[in-house]
Amino acid sequence: MSEFFTVSVLVATLAGGIRLATPFLLAALGETLGQRSGVLNLGVEGVMLIGAFAAYYTALETGSTVAGIAVAIGIGAVMGLIYAFLTVVMHAEQGISGIGIFLFGLGFTDLLFQKQVGTPLPIPGVGKAPIPILSDIPHLGEIFFDHNPLVYLAFLLVPIMWFVVNKTTFGLNVRAIGQTPEAADTLGVSVNLTRTFTIVIANCFAGLAGAALALEVGIFQQNLTAGQGFIAIALVYFGAWRMPWVMSGALLFGVVSSTVLQWKTLGIVSGPSSSLLAMAPAILTILVLVLVSRRVSAPAALTRPFDRAG
Amino acid sequence: MTDTDRAVPMLQMEGITKRFPGVLANDSVDLTVLPGQVHTLLGENGAGKSTLMKVLYGLYRPDEGTIRLDGEPVSITSPSDAINRGIGMIHQHFMLVPTLTVAENVALGLGGRAGLSDMRPVRQRLAEVSERYGLHVNPDAYIWQLAVGERQRAEILKALYRDARLLVLDEPTAVLTPPEVEELFVTLRQMTADDKGLVFISHKLHEVMELSDEITVLRDGRVSGQTRPSESTRESLAELMVGRPVELTRNVAATERGEQRLAITGLNVIGDRGNTAVKNFDLAVHSGEIVGLAGVSGNGQRELADAIFGLRPIRSGQIAIDGEPVTAPTPRSVRQRGVAYVPEERMVEGAIGDFTVAENLLLVDYHQPPYTRRGLLNRSAISSWCNRLVENYRVKTPDIETPTKNLSGGNIQKVVIAREFTCDAEVLVVAQPTRGVDIGAAEYIHERLLEQREAGAAILLISEDLDEVIQLSDRVVVVLEGQIMGEVDRADATPRSIGLLMSGVRDGEASASAD
Repeated sequence: MSEFFTVSVLVATLAGGIRLATPFLLAALGETLGQRSGVLNLGVEGVMLIGAFAAYYTALETGSTVAGIAVAIGIGAVMGLIYAFLTVVMHAEQGISGIGIFLFGLGFTDLLFQKQVGTPLPIPGVGKAPIPILSDIPHLGEIFFDHNPLVYLAFLLVPIMWFVVNKTTFGLNVRAIGQTPEAADTLGVSVNLTRTFTIVIANCFAGLAGAALALEVGIFQQNLTAGQGFIAIALVYFGAWRMPWVMSGALLFGVVSSTVLQWKTLGIVSGPSSSLLAMAPAILTILVLVLVSRRVSAPAALTRPFDRAG
Repeated sequence: MTDTDRAVPMLQMEGITKRFPGVLANDSVDLTVLPGQVHTLLGENGAGKSTLMKVLYGLYRPDEGTIRLDGEPVSITSPSDAINRGIGMIHQHFMLVPTLTVAENVALGLGGRAGLSDMRPVRQRLAEVSERYGLHVNPDAYIWQLAVGERQRAEILKALYRDARLLVLDEPTAVLTPPEVEELFVTLRQMTADDKGLVFISHKLHEVMELSDEITVLRDGRVSGQTRPSESTRESLAELMVGRPVELTRNVAATERGEQRLAITGLNVIGDRGNTAVKNFDLAVHSGEIVGLAGVSGNGQRELADAIFGLRPIRSGQIAIDGEPVTAPTPRSVRQRGVAYVPEERMVEGAIGDFTVAENLLLVDYHQPPYTRRGLLNRSAISSWCNRLVENYRVKTPDIETPTKNLSGGNIQKVVIAREFTCDAEVLVVAQPTRGVDIGAAEYIHERLLEQREAGAAILLISEDLDEVIQLSDRVVVVLEGQIMGEVDRADATPRSIGLLMSGVRDGEASASAD
């Protein structure tokens, strides 16, 4: 155990935690916006997989990671429009529609991967972009300022998304329609249009989250996300629909995951106990959710479709 | 208002017809509102008032008819269109977002510079409007923190902030105490003094008589009368609403008060938010009397009724029936002790909407013979009993197999009352028995309540309808914030004496504040 408590290992663990947190942070930020507007999307995992495959395949074919990211976001937007059509226009039950999107993403990406790629070929991935000066700070520089650009982007999006929700008229509309859509409607706010927007944005984030994961590991495989999309949804509840708290949850989760990886690497745990330990993040999530669920209340109109005539 | 004859009407609705599948909600309805005037729209539930106002507010498109604003024909296509044309709607169920502040609710939908929602200018203008109309409310308070009266002020401010000239007030007094109603009327008079036009929807006849300049009465989607307070009486208005003469005042013969049936001592009950909703409550109800529990809803009445009925745990104190304390009550054990309950929310606790009329009539006794034998439901016993109840209680339904949710509010309430009044209970806890029920059905329900009283039942009548409480009760107990504010005998029960207690002014202070 002592080998874990060395400066270099601890620094690497924390840096790793931030890196690992990036995909589910991105997905959770989008999902938070969607849920604030009253839409639950359980399909995050599926859209992440599609985004991951899209980024991977594009990067593989074109050699451009930027193109990969762009395609992943674009596909996310398309998935968002599909989900908006199902839930906002057709009033499909949100929980079930989301599970449908997840299963579609899982199967579809596996199929495409088998047909189009077959053997897992590595892609270049996104390289580290140390921030000048800041990354030279001992230890802290390595933890916070020596990552790939998508990591910076994800954390930069936290204050941006907070600002959008709390300080813009769009955000005011979102907060209102997630709580009392009837009130917003009588004041001329288009509930369904606003929700369509939030769904599309949320799914773009999920697509980007998938891209961040695929480009981070530089490979695609079946079920690459391994539940990260669901963790993102849990983080929204964990964070009580507040962007900064969602980020805190993502960091906690990332650091725990990173610690588990370190312990395995260092041989502190091995064999069956390491498999058990790998469940730690999931168990942590469940525990936190049980505790948190007592004090927070979800947007009142979450999962409730809006229809004026009804 | 001497020049109303010359003024151009700010609103003329002419021949408005709106059909829904199987229903003619509005049949060629006319409504004219002049600036500076209060025009009351009177009618029973389902008479078409809401439909007409939804047409005006752009929520429904009329099938026929024209709407003119300031003489110009217009087509109002959406709520934002209505707002832009200066129409404001004060909804009965406030259209406020509880998790936003007053200022944010006001600013919602107005946009802002560069897409940013800056509350400073909103606050400033809000303060001006508040000042002008005496509508004081903290702009930075969250709606969920506000009392009902304050929420209503926020709702009205929302419309005035948007420069509404024509305001529709949908039953604005339903949730207010009598002093709050007076305050509201002061505000409304300030609005008419500013030449705003008001459409006032209410079915409280004395308020209508006090406030209105013009009255339009709707019945079954049609205009059944257009009149003025000076040309009408409460009785004549009620007749226009119902279509037949209605007895509004009822002389209740005094009865001999019998033995004590229900005794509550030192009762404390915890509310949903962890607050003490019922505090040190003492109350006794005797055989052959109706005790009215008056108060604005949300002052512990629901929690009290729940506690009596075993639906909510008691923190301390005691409830006794016929002198025997009730320990560990459950709804069924309380019923076996002879208590029946007509709950406040008839569609939540009183009846199951998807169940048939027969099933709802038997919700209490279904498990007992003759309705159940050896675990099987006995259809013939059930249908003969239910048909008898439907007939005796004049429930308007195609048959007893009709889903209960298809009935009107008044008829659903009759189903609940038929069930509760026929289970041989000696103690009746009856909450808001005529809320949202039309006058005819309310009259009938009142008769049945008095009949139970004659038969010797001990009745606790929980109601926020002051007229109902005063008319029926032998004693009126007023509750505020879970505590008894005072008790008034039948002889002394007036809207004023009870209204003062409801708003927290006790006997001694009443005379001081009377002028």
